[in-house]
Amino acid sequence: MEENKVQHVHTPGYGIYFYVWLALITLTALTATVAGVNFGKLSIVVALIIAAVKSYLVLTEFMHLKFEMRAFRIFVIVAILFFTILIVLLFSDYSFY
Amino acid sequence: MSAENQASVHVHRDDVATKMGMWFFLFSELLLFGGLFLMYSVYRYTHQHDFHIAAEGMNIFLGTANTIILLTSSLTMALAITAMQKGKKILSLSLQIITFLFGLAFLVNKFFEWSAEFREGNYPGSPILTAKPSGQILYYGLYYTMVGLHGVHVIAGMTVIAFMIRFTIKGIITKDNYVKLEAAGLYWHLVDIIWIFLFPLFYLIT
Repeated sequence: MEENKVQHVHTPGYGIYFYVWLALITLTALTATVAGVNFGKLSIVVALIIAAVKSYLVLTEFMHLKFEMRAFRIFVIVAILFFTILIVLLFSDYSFY
Repeated sequence: MSAENQASVHVHRDDVATKMGMWFFLFSELLLFGGLFLMYSVYRYTHQHDFHIAAEGMNIFLGTANTIILLTSSLTMALAITAMQKGKKILSLSLQIITFLFGLAFLVNKFFEWSAEFREGNYPGSPILTAKPSGQILYYGLYYTMVGLHGVHVIAGMTVIAFMIRFTIKGIITKDNYVKLEAAGLYWHLVDIIWIFLFPLFYLIT
């Protein structure tokens, strides 16, 4: 019984982290390049989507969320969901300001 | 029962709870920075033109360099945990030290960036800044508050990593007990995620 409280090693290997890092650097270069292009109002959307993809990579790979119990993932989703609600409600107000 | 069996039975540890506690702390950080991001979004919405003008004064090169530094430091932190899981103590120790040094490099960059801003007279409450339109004052206020608070988190993360380096040297963090290092890693990656959002919001406004 005590055994399952001490975590087991997943040993994902070093390789995957280099690929994730490469993806993160590529996305950084992309977001810096795209910033020069004028998408008008869409610019902020593009920047935030790229930032969200980068965060997803960090959360799942670097922060090991994909190896953790499902409860961890649910917690994170709920936290992000409530923050999203906060933003949506705020702007539902401000958009008509 | 042999001594070894006893050792494995009477372990006073709960690694899942340790990590869960760390995650709950990270959610409280979401509230801390979330409030600031909300404030940023409203002021950017109401002062779009001023934010655009003010952001043009930012050093995109240093901002991008710092993004790459932090992303790479996250890589070395993740690798340090894997190395420890595989029992490679020296490799893990080296990677932790490299992560710490990346944090230091980030702060040195920040020092040069802020020094340049101060030299141009864009420090809070300066005559040059207060003469600017209110939207630009708000931009710089948010910039110093949010990037500054993030910088404090980098310093806190470096302090935590310094303790992890000490724990690794003293053999408190081992191949079979590395949850402290994992929790430190979670904090460091959160600092990275916050920067992932700060970078486009303050440096790349078109």
